[in-house]
Amino acid sequence: MAITVQIPTALRRHTAGVGSIACAATNLGELFTALDEKFPELKPHLRDESGQVRRFLNIYVNEEDIRFLGGPGYSFQDGDEVLLVPSIAGGAQ
Amino acid sequence: MPNHDGHPQNNQCHYELRCRECGRRWGNQPRSICEDCFSPLEITYDYDWIRYVLGEDSVQPAKFIRERISRRPANMWRYAELLPLPEGFEPRLPVGFTPLFQAPRLAKRFVGKGNDGETAAQNLYIKNDAVCLPTLSFKDRVVAVALAQAKAFGFDTVACSSTGNLANAVAAHAARLGLKAWIFIPSDLEPAKILGTQVFGANVVRIAGNYDQVNRLCSQIAEERRWGFVNVNLRPYYAEGSKTVGFEIAEQLGWRLPDNVVCPMAGGSLITKIKKAFDELVKLDLVEDKPVKFFGAQATGCSPISTAVKTGSAEIDPQKPATIARSLAIGNPADGHYAIRTIKHSGGWSEDVSDPEVIDSIRFLAETEGVFTETAGGVTVGCAGKLYRQDRILPEETTVLCITGNGLKTTDVLAGVYETERPITPKLVEFEKYLHEQVGSAEIPGVLPATVGAGA
Repeated sequence: MAITVQIPTALRRHTAGVGSIACAATNLGELFTALDEKFPELKPHLRDESGQVRRFLNIYVNEEDIRFLGGPGYSFQDGDEVLLVPSIAGGAQ
Repeated sequence: MPNHDGHPQNNQCHYELRCRECGRRWGNQPRSICEDCFSPLEITYDYDWIRYVLGEDSVQPAKFIRERISRRPANMWRYAELLPLPEGFEPRLPVGFTPLFQAPRLAKRFVGKGNDGETAAQNLYIKNDAVCLPTLSFKDRVVAVALAQAKAFGFDTVACSSTGNLANAVAAHAARLGLKAWIFIPSDLEPAKILGTQVFGANVVRIAGNYDQVNRLCSQIAEERRWGFVNVNLRPYYAEGSKTVGFEIAEQLGWRLPDNVVCPMAGGSLITKIKKAFDELVKLDLVEDKPVKFFGAQATGCSPISTAVKTGSAEIDPQKPATIARSLAIGNPADGHYAIRTIKHSGGWSEDVSDPEVIDSIRFLAETEGVFTETAGGVTVGCAGKLYRQDRILPEETTVLCITGNGLKTTDVLAGVYETERPITPKLVEFEKYLHEQVGSAEIPGVLPATVGAGA
């Protein structure tokens, strides 16, 4: 089984410019492990100190927000395309 | 000086981008994300510079600044020093400074627990951005600032994802500035909002999906094309335009802050920016500091922020929107986390109302105060009524309802509410007959006394 992961431009300086990889992860945890191994510098940008997905990172599977698919419990299907997309917030001081 | 992306960068300004989580400064450039920690960027200002420039070393700087601002033209540019505008910027549109007025007839219908038992609201105000120029929503404010920067950054094409009002505003302002516009919208948007975008010559792309899907697509497109997306790479500048709602409320109340603000929430940015505006006025000593409670309003069919406030969560659990209030139909609000925090820290609350309540509230506001608002305004009015009934807002408190859009854009939701009257022939006798049919003899208004005209 293989899935594709698209990495946003904002994070590509931590992947030596790589914008897409294929991997055999079957769930979100395995996906992060695979990314950690391939791009160690990426890890702190995707998850916080407690291992939670960062607040401003949205994860989509075939255009659907993974939270609607069961979140970390979702089992990837062969051919799934995973998008990492930054959440664009303005915030306030 | 160009930065590593080739974008012009100006570090001599009195404002710049700063990561709101790690604090790294990014100068001024079309960017909304900190590459170090992936968090949002925010505009930060040199308030000493603002105080110096506006105050001109006056003995009483606060009084001097208030009077100076009050003498300026009645539009949002009177607060230029508190906005991230490029050097030499000359506004070409008189945006903002919309009416703030008391709403006594609406207030009578809002009953809550006052100091002397159950009583009607007394100090209720409407901030009416349904008449904000040029496209009749508060989005004209944010777009005015975003496109000022788009020009300065050298973009010839601007774009946005939109639930309608932003589409109208980007298209109109782009036309005025001679910029090309690409507008991405959910395909089920109200016809008036689509037409009100196309008429300005913008390229309208209808996406078979909801706003959150459109927004995600735009984030991807923004990585591929050198376009100025007002709510993606220009978002920090864009969002600052919302502060002018707060500046105006304070100035129009006589340079004082209200007790409560009730604000519709879609992405959740406006409510945080009104708070920021009030904080800045306090920082500059232009208003007296006081606690202001912020209340959020959403439609029940899309209420991720309201739900989080009610359940005590600090985070958003995204929803699939299902409401007629399409301008608020954002199930994964970008600023949701900050909106929740603004509401909770202020001691406020968030409510939501059903679609039938939205329609009732649109009619209610129109029939009591002569203001025809779109669905988002119906949401705000409906939620405000609930907040009074819950005693979260007290009748004697000064409360401002933010009406952010015009009802002429969402007339489709009122289809079927009013009957199309049968025509009558142009004869007085026909009219008298019709009048009796409609209201009954006892209720016919304006009957002339029998003596009128006698002996003349």
